[in-house]
Amino acid sequence: MKRLAKLLDELLLTSSRNGKLKLISAYLCETPDPDRGWALAALTSAVDFPAVKAGTIRGLMADRVDPVLWTLSRDFVGDTAETASLLWPEPDQAPLAPPPTLSEVVAALSNATKTGAPAVLSGLLDRLDTAGRYALIKFATGALRIGISARLAKVAFAQAFRVQIEDVEEYWHGQSPPYQPLFAWATGAAPPPRTDLLPLFRPFMLAHPLGDEKISLEDYVAEWKWDGIRVQLVHVGGETRVYSRGGDEISASFPEIAASLPFPVVIDGELLVRGSDQGGDTGGAASFNALQQRLGRKTVSKAMLAEAPAFVRLYDLLIDGSEDLREQPWAVRRARLEALIPRLEPDRFDLSETIPVSDMETLAKIRAGARDSAIEGIMLKHRQSPYVAGRRAGLWYKWKREPLLIDCVLMYAQRGSGKRSSFYSDFTFGCWNGDPDTGADLLPVGKAYFGFTDEELRFLDRHVRQHTVAKYGPVRETDRSLVFEVAFDSVHLSKRHKSGLAMRFPRIHRIREDKPAHEADRLETLRAMVT
Amino acid sequence: MPVEYHEQITIGGGVTATFLPAGHVLGSAQILLEHAGERIIVTGDYKRSPDPTCPPFAVTPCDLFITEATFGLPVFCHPPIAEEIGRLLAVRAANPERCVLVGAYALGKAQRVIAELRAAGWHAPVYLHGAMETMCRLYEEQGVPLGDLRPAVGAAKADLSGAIVICPPFALNDRWSRRLPDPITAMASGWMRVRQRVRQRGVELPLIISDHADWHELTTTIAQVNPAETWITHGREEALLRWCELRQRRARALALTGYEDEDD
Repeated sequence: MKRLAKLLDELLLTSSRNGKLKLISAYLCETPDPDRGWALAALTSAVDFPAVKAGTIRGLMADRVDPVLWTLSRDFVGDTAETASLLWPEPDQAPLAPPPTLSEVVAALSNATKTGAPAVLSGLLDRLDTAGRYALIKFATGALRIGISARLAKVAFAQAFRVQIEDVEEYWHGQSPPYQPLFAWATGAAPPPRTDLLPLFRPFMLAHPLGDEKISLEDYVAEWKWDGIRVQLVHVGGETRVYSRGGDEISASFPEIAASLPFPVVIDGELLVRGSDQGGDTGGAASFNALQQRLGRKTVSKAMLAEAPAFVRLYDLLIDGSEDLREQPWAVRRARLEALIPRLEPDRFDLSETIPVSDMETLAKIRAGARDSAIEGIMLKHRQSPYVAGRRAGLWYKWKREPLLIDCVLMYAQRGSGKRSSFYSDFTFGCWNGDPDTGADLLPVGKAYFGFTDEELRFLDRHVRQHTVAKYGPVRETDRSLVFEVAFDSVHLSKRHKSGLAMRFPRIHRIREDKPAHEADRLETLRAMVT
Repeated sequence: MPVEYHEQITIGGGVTATFLPAGHVLGSAQILLEHAGERIIVTGDYKRSPDPTCPPFAVTPCDLFITEATFGLPVFCHPPIAEEIGRLLAVRAANPERCVLVGAYALGKAQRVIAELRAAGWHAPVYLHGAMETMCRLYEEQGVPLGDLRPAVGAAKADLSGAIVICPPFALNDRWSRRLPDPITAMASGWMRVRQRVRQRGVELPLIISDHADWHELTTTIAQVNPAETWITHGREEALLRWCELRQRRARALALTGYEDEDD
């Protein structure tokens, strides 16, 4: 418990991702089983003791601290676990037992009944110092909320034992705390856990952005990059699951898809909603915006199913029946995928067609013309490429269409974090809502914190400091004199923004010191780019 | 008009005033007002934990005790300063290529941190932000030795590696600190007891060091002075008021306008 408490405090004080990874992987290396597995469960929010609730902690404190003093303290500190850790009365006598280990805590809390839990917790709290009590309460209530994502914890696990993150992702699913088979595999003590008996997620194969590489279409096949969300469908043992890019299960949001795949298979594709924005009249798809309406729902209404029916455009076949095809070249997998299509419901599945083209010049022209259909760009896949997790050089490339550009005026700036904490590096910019010479105003249209070089950042920081007209807490308002050329992938209507528009992936493309602010673009220009 | 501690002066209308050590910073004082046998003490800012740079708080009986309450919540507990200085030195030793930049108020806190560093055996030069220099000089003139102090501006980067640098809190994450070799930012403040405050500050090394009384000191002092009535001001009055109520002590909150909400 003490070691976990130390880790939590160190993580709180470390802002860099690398720093956090180092701390977690050091912890995983030096802590014995099963404690490290329980800590990993806490970091990935996989701990649950039904007998302990937030109310249990409040009840414990109500017996020990005056309610008025508790409320005043809790309001100031802002966190129940921390307030309780600070206000817990130190026992009069030195505790009889040393601080508990994590597995001792797990054993005590798993066996506790709802009525017995307060006494068990109290006994444990008496054996710990302030930091230890904080960690114990956080652990017991299962809500760490310390800004560590499950992905970060898994990357730290991979770093700790020098294994591939893709393998960790694959074997992770189907395991439960304290993950002993996973540690046994990672430390070389056992073969990897079996994954073929459960509908588990397999890490996606990803693409590198196309740079200066010379690509021959004899070796590579071209395919559209559709603007939906990448999904993996897994059917094992009569159950179908839909997984998103990060390995999260989203079957409940798309029941019509999950219900339409009745045989054992693992396929990779793009989840889209029917419409006419992408891919023209036959079997078209709606824009990303339409798909967004369906994301993140726990249940889907019949109206929604009828209004925005989903389908999957298939890219690849990973496992066919019990046969793992991932080692096979793309061309073989593609042939197997095409053979599979007749077995699938045409309303729910279609094939992502390859682009019949033999030279890059023609392909470049096709790509340039893809603007109106809200296609993200083009994929180039090596015909011999196996299906490997993650990004592997030379196998798959994404050739995104050219970004859209618009001139905006800097309105507000905020300091960054970590290495950028002394720099104003988060910028909010706007467009004119009419003719600036006849009294039009700037309305914010987006926010960006990358796209510039370190030298440009120093310039921007200086500019913000010298052109501040007002301060609102950490935010500075500038005199609206600097123009940015902002690059973005697409723009959509949005009710959440005053300007009515929301950009995707905006970034600072160029700083236009030469351009006077009143010559920046107007909202109507941006609105005309809506897809 | 210079006045010594414990020297009684007449301020008219039969009222006398006496300045008593408050233990807050060098020269800080409680004021004892006396009139026809009635005694009022206004503590001003004070603390009870030992401080090598100023005389300790003098517990003095009175009828009305007007106390500060900056850290007037039971969550505030300032650990012994030697522990915090020990953590600072340990972090410094573990990162010889970097420097530790300590944010501390220029009056009192900075000098106390330096004096405690010296007491803990740290005799290397301590580098200062320009805003610290005048006050440190004044402390030395008043007989508080602070050892080898040097300006941070103009110091060679090599000299700053592994060094301890002290600056006002506002300079911690600002342009001034960019000149330092990959500084570990530390903040010396009583607020560092609470994680959310640490996170807001964005510091890597929170040091719970305050020149104000913590909850235990505030409540102990009221009990020791044992006045007929206590007025509470300058901070979080409600909790201390509640504490008095629970112990059947007469007390009220004295609302003063114009004080800074966030003292250290």
